[in-house]
Amino acid sequence: MLEIITQQPILAALVALVGLGLAFGALLGFAAEKFKIEGDPVIDQIDELLPQTQCGQCGFPGCRPYAESIADGDAINKCPPGGQATINAIASLLDVPAPALDEEHGQEAEVKTVAYIREDECIGCTKCIQACPVDAILGAAKLMHTVIVDECTGCDLCVEPCPVDCIDMLPVEENINQWQWPAPQIPSGLIATDRMNGPNLVRPEDSVSNREDVA
Amino acid sequence: MQEVAVILVSSVLINNYVLVQFLGLCPFMGVSKKLESAIGMSAATTFVLTLTAMASHIVNKMLLVPLGLEYLRTISFIMVIAAVVQFTKMFIEKTSPLLYRVLGVFLPLITTNCAVLGVALQNSTKSLNFMQASLYGFGAGAGFSLVLILFSAMRERLAAADIPQPFEGAAIAMITAGLMSLAFMGFSGLV
Repeated sequence: MLEIITQQPILAALVALVGLGLAFGALLGFAAEKFKIEGDPVIDQIDELLPQTQCGQCGFPGCRPYAESIADGDAINKCPPGGQATINAIASLLDVPAPALDEEHGQEAEVKTVAYIREDECIGCTKCIQACPVDAILGAAKLMHTVIVDECTGCDLCVEPCPVDCIDMLPVEENINQWQWPAPQIPSGLIATDRMNGPNLVRPEDSVSNREDVA
Repeated sequence: MQEVAVILVSSVLINNYVLVQFLGLCPFMGVSKKLESAIGMSAATTFVLTLTAMASHIVNKMLLVPLGLEYLRTISFIMVIAAVVQFTKMFIEKTSPLLYRVLGVFLPLITTNCAVLGVALQNSTKSLNFMQASLYGFGAGAGFSLVLILFSAMRERLAAADIPQPFEGAAIAMITAGLMSLAFMGFSGLV
């Protein structure tokens, strides 16, 4: 068998190439099974960066569907509750430039707010309960409702449906239990040559001419 | 030990595949805009280069030479490279989905990185043993990484620098690459 192969150059070439192809095919088939991935892990990472308000201001039913859509190439600037910080985080995750927040979907709230129901005006219609994406409103039909402050994400989706307008968005006051250190500022201008165009730069010749002016 | 050092110095510095032999210029210009992705690309290419050098050495010595099929080198090495790259792609997709996303189209393009085929073909014309062949592959990868990372670090600085308008973008990158190549030519005759 081997003699026939070595005597016939064409046969040898055929056997060698087919054999190589089969061997690599088997290796890749094995690797495909071994390194199988379930789902897209990038979606999970994007989902973790989103604020999980489930407010739907991006036009998707919640944060997870929006994360899936971003992974498919949707714009990353549709999340007002997350604001610019979230956009920057997703941009650096996906290695794309960070755009400004899309005003069409709402504006970034300057302070965190929670919903507050003026309880003596509430008629117990349950409309706000149905609107709440995180089940932070407690109550039943024809009974007074109230908001669980810790659960409320401040998405203000409950304000619109209320027929008697008894829901206010109140700013959360900082107290000792939830105070946090402010996020560190990214230092800029550490490198001298990067500061060349900065306003504070005084070149040696400038200072000399200034002195002459004074004199 | 001395032999190892000689092989590494000669493949990393003296015969640098990118700046001296001008192989693999596509990823050199394409993936050098950001330092992070350049580091990922270097790691992937080094991995592929080492593996292909080993695999193509085995294919050459065990299959092609005994059967007298040296004329099939190019096509069988390309097959080896394609399989190794595909394997690397699956491996990275599993272990680091982020790197997979950052590398994007350049990962399958390692297949057509001529440095990879160049190393395999040059190894087959020298008479090397398995150890030396894999060292040459690793050295080529290390040289590629060194140059790519240096270049991308420079390009990151260039992006913020005040460059005369006609030289902006690709032009200044080409000039930088040319100057780097001149610098690397200076290593010739080191060993």
